Amino acid sequence: MIELEPLLLSFEVALLATSLASLLGVALAALLAQPRFWGRELLDAAITAPMVLPPTVLGYYLLVLLGRESAIGHAFESLTGAPIVFSRGGAVVAATIGALPLICKAARAALESVDVRLVGAARTLGATRFRAFFTVSLPLARRGILAGVMLGFARALGDFGVTLMIAGNIPGQTRTASLAIYDAVLSGRDADATRLSLIMTLFAMSVLIGVGYLTKQRPDGF
Amino acid sequence: MASERLSEAGLRARLSLQRGQNGVGFKLEVTLQFGPGLNVLFGPSGSGKTTILSAIAGLLRPDAGHITLYEQTLFDAAAQIDLAPHLRRVALVFQSLALFPHLDALGNVAYGVPGPASKAERHSRAHAWLTRMRVAHLARAYPSSFSGGEAQRVALARALASEPRALLLDEPFSALDQALVSDLGAELLDHVNSLGLPVVLVTHDRNLARELGTELTLLREGRVERVGPASEVLAARV
Repeated sequence: MIELEPLLLSFEVALLATSLASLLGVALAALLAQPRFWGRELLDAAITAPMVLPPTVLGYYLLVLLGRESAIGHAFESLTGAPIVFSRGGAVVAATIGALPLICKAARAALESVDVRLVGAARTLGATRFRAFFTVSLPLARRGILAGVMLGFARALGDFGVTLMIAGNIPGQTRTASLAIYDAVLSGRDADATRLSLIMTLFAMSVLIGVGYLTKQRPDGF
Repeated sequence: MASERLSEAGLRARLSLQRGQNGVGFKLEVTLQFGPGLNVLFGPSGSGKTTILSAIAGLLRPDAGHITLYEQTLFDAAAQIDLAPHLRRVALVFQSLALFPHLDALGNVAYGVPGPASKAERHSRAHAWLTRMRVAHLARAYPSSFSGGEAQRVALARALASEPRALLLDEPFSALDQALVSDLGAELLDHVNSLGLPVVLVTHDRNLARELGTELTLLREGRVERVGPASEVLAARV
């Protein structure tokens, strides 16, 4: 019998996190794709850092930033009545941080590969910078962005370290599939660990194949 | 003759621009006047033709100078005026044509139809332009399926549908064979003359420049070398 609860929770958290990371990631990518933006490399490094920093470091920063004693954590708790950390919200934040660099990097590359002359043509045809972005850049970059979003979703689904640091391991609340696997291994339930691991692997492989298909260049380049 | 043209110049530009990359510098220093109708900007590649068009359209900012279109100042470095490209109403047809690959011909042409207009209104005006350029049958086809001549016609329809006050054409016929160029060139001249707006056509093709036979500005290494009727300017340089 497969433990469904952690899997469903993982999907729920990953869906929310991917939505957040997509909005934020594409907006940041649009900023990074601007040629005249002075803080570009610094911002890019800050967004990429979660890919290379230890989860403990990230988790610690997030605890300091979002904990119940912090300004943000306090404001959030007085507005919603529940803290961000050690709740489902914390798990969503952790997964968002994991997905963001993947989505942002893919979106930046996709936006930068759009022919600048097409954007120029849109501008001379009367489009504001804003309209040109939404009607030309974004539609033409959509395959690359979608590939990034899929990767981000796969990454969000499997977050372990940061989730453990800021959301804990609360059954039904923050115990996602990757945490459930950890529990199963520690308590010697090898069959459970194997089943959950295989499901996670199967899913990750499907996503990667999907991304490969999406990023394959079509003959007309579109 | 020359003074008469000066007085009726709709598009005036004095541009100064310098770009240096690892010792390979490029310097542009030109004063240009273009009256209503077709004007040819002729010169070898690297003489600054495309840079001039980009500056007039607002896609590239010159270091100094000014650009005026009739009574309107588009750019004035001293007065710190730099009108955004979408407010200039200067249509630019790129050498690559830059048709939007994700939109069909109708969508491409409707993109620039000035508002306020409903979608149906935009489409009907776009369709009228496709008909005038004799490519109405392509309305629902996508650019990847167009021949060189068809793409050219759709790009011109798109530029004209935006109701520009000036039209800039960068090597518009470079992808076409000679017979098509003659056809389309003559047709374009008809349209341009009936619209009465300044049109600047950039080319490095001597035959085309001679065939169009209008006022010609000869550009060389970022400077204006001569201005005058095409036959005279081209005859002086063998």
